[in-house]
Amino acid sequence: MRKVAIVSAASRQEEKMLDNEVEMMVPLISEVREETGLDQTEIGFTCSGSSDFLAGQAFSFVMTLDAVGPVPPISESHVEMDGAWALYETWVKFQMGVIDTALVYSYGKPSPGSLQDVLSTQLDPYYVAPLWPDAHSITALQARHLLEKGEISTEELADCAVRAGTVENKEQYFDQPTLADPLRQADCPTYADGGVAMILAAEGKAEELCEKPAWITGIDHRIDSHHFGVRDLSTIPSAKKAAEKAGLYKAEIDLAEIHTAYTVHDVLLRKELNLPLNPAKSSKNHPIKAETLMASGLLRIAEAARAIWNEEANRTLAHATSGPLMQQNLMCVLSGEKE
Amino acid sequence: MAAGGELAAVVGVGMTKFSATRGDVSMPGLVREAAERALKDAEMEWEDIDAVVMGKAPDFFEGVMMPEIFLGEALGAVGKPMLRVHTAGSVGGSTALVAASLVHSGVHERVLTVAWEKQSESNAMWALSLKQPFQVSINAGAGGYFSPIIRQYMEETQAPELIGCMVAFKDRQHALLNPYAHLHQPDLTFDQVVESPMLWEPIRYSETCPSSDGAAAMVIVNETEAEKSMNPAWIHAGAMRSEANNFPGRDEVNPQASRECAADLWNQAGITNPREEIDVAEIYVPFSWYEPMWLESLGFCERGDGWKLVESGATHLNGGDLPINCSGGVLSSNPIGASGMIRFAEAALQVRGMAGEHQVDGARKAMGHAYGGGAQYFAMWVVGKDKPTS
Repeated sequence: MRKVAIVSAASRQEEKMLDNEVEMMVPLISEVREETGLDQTEIGFTCSGSSDFLAGQAFSFVMTLDAVGPVPPISESHVEMDGAWALYETWVKFQMGVIDTALVYSYGKPSPGSLQDVLSTQLDPYYVAPLWPDAHSITALQARHLLEKGEISTEELADCAVRAGTVENKEQYFDQPTLADPLRQADCPTYADGGVAMILAAEGKAEELCEKPAWITGIDHRIDSHHFGVRDLSTIPSAKKAAEKAGLYKAEIDLAEIHTAYTVHDVLLRKELNLPLNPAKSSKNHPIKAETLMASGLLRIAEAARAIWNEEANRTLAHATSGPLMQQNLMCVLSGEKE
Repeated sequence: MAAGGELAAVVGVGMTKFSATRGDVSMPGLVREAAERALKDAEMEWEDIDAVVMGKAPDFFEGVMMPEIFLGEALGAVGKPMLRVHTAGSVGGSTALVAASLVHSGVHERVLTVAWEKQSESNAMWALSLKQPFQVSINAGAGGYFSPIIRQYMEETQAPELIGCMVAFKDRQHALLNPYAHLHQPDLTFDQVVESPMLWEPIRYSETCPSSDGAAAMVIVNETEAEKSMNPAWIHAGAMRSEANNFPGRDEVNPQASRECAADLWNQAGITNPREEIDVAEIYVPFSWYEPMWLESLGFCERGDGWKLVESGATHLNGGDLPINCSGGVLSSNPIGASGMIRFAEAALQVRGMAGEHQVDGARKAMGHAYGGGAQYFAMWVVGKDKPTS
């Protein structure tokens, strides 16, 4: 496989952003191009991820493309997925040997609507979506299942909430009323508007653009069944398989940036992947505190790369998820070494 | 010359019957119908597939957010990688190219790609006209958007008024040879096309595409797998380009992104004279006049000569030397998200000699083309009966 690295990233998250998507993305895209000194005409491929259902507009990404300034025309693609999958499409393009540099970006602006309800439209439109089950409620069903099966405990959820910083201590956690039984507010995400842009480069070019490139040593993604009655909700086979395929277990990791917007998902995924619970090795900006649909996954990859640039870690895992109850999962292993 | 990376070929093609309402199937049923046909054509089973790449146009067309999430199971994707592409109207073409890239890159050996739209689930005109703060809503639909651009083409080239009607009549005649086509109008006459109501001057009702339900699928494999097939369609080139919707000096009739995408494509395929070297092309023509416009932009003729090709009958399956849209084209079937992939898949069928009644005799090299947005997104490929030479 051709060696590809993340050489620059810029991101922004706020609970409610007044800027529109183009205004949000222009400074971020400009920042990564300036940091690497690359003009858009020198970038081989551009790929983005976003959702029309957040923008409330068909072809919304066409408008946002203005933030790139595609004049003259560019080689470009878009996925209706979290930007982590745009990064995957780009990584594949690198493997074809036809590009040496790429721009990847994604964004989400859920604040104009009620994301809790919007997410209901992602469910099976014939049997489930007409009931309008909201995101917290279906996650609560999964949490209840896990509790009753003895796979997790409320103590673990409370510990996770403290670790993520949604409460200061466990007493505070247990003082909260349940929001969607058994979940409390501290178990559930605060949605945020935000975006992320990054530059990728192939071996030979990456070293020119970045002092310590964050090399993608493995990347893979898998999807599970959508249907709650078909899936075993106490396990995430797609995450385990993607982690194995991405080479997670080939060596120790120093840091894991996982895209878990609920405590119950954090606890479950860590068990599934055998990830350490040591707080020093946990995400600093836990997605529970700022979940930006369509960008959170790519943001995790950006954070995992930053840890390598800052020499806080040498081998990191970034994870992205999509779909209800972590149905689809992507794993990206980064390293300061080419391996 | 080739597309880059390892060789890849199409060994399976499947399409559904296209119609205004496929009320007999659900969304999973629709995509599965096309996918099963593609697998059967490829002589493969679901477990032979390594990854699935899905494409479709805006989610508002069905009212399901990121529908690939619930459709994965119907496409045998559980436990596999699944991608969802969305690049406006060009999406069917882009999706095929992303699927091909998974093989060109050496990441996978056998990839299933599916593009679809079930427009009857929602209302496309509503979906395209959702009001946005601080934006002028033209509520004109695609026809209203493209008609001034067509008028500009007519002014620039002094094309006769009825060229568009000739294209529409030709494509509806072609559609009669394609059992999957949505519009089958055996009694349609040229005069009826001319006399049909003017919708967006100069576009008449009969010069527009229908709204369709439908899906198209392909199985794309690496060289080793392709050599097991009796008639693979080898991918010789693939290119995508995008440009901004609006900027000073933008040539909307012949966009720079279109010209540069075509130039890249011909270069990859080692083609210097497309008119001579391409035997048949499936070009994205949702409004009749886009046939002569794209013929010029793609380099099949000089600028200003596209309408002359149409007038001469060169683009007709019956007797033309550059048959265009032998399947009936977008003008006869338009499940939007799938329309680009249908073009790509029809090109593959032609070089595999499997296009049935609308087969161009001896076709060895074919082009598939799709565009989207305000004529600003482009996806194209060239497929051939022969393996590309490097």
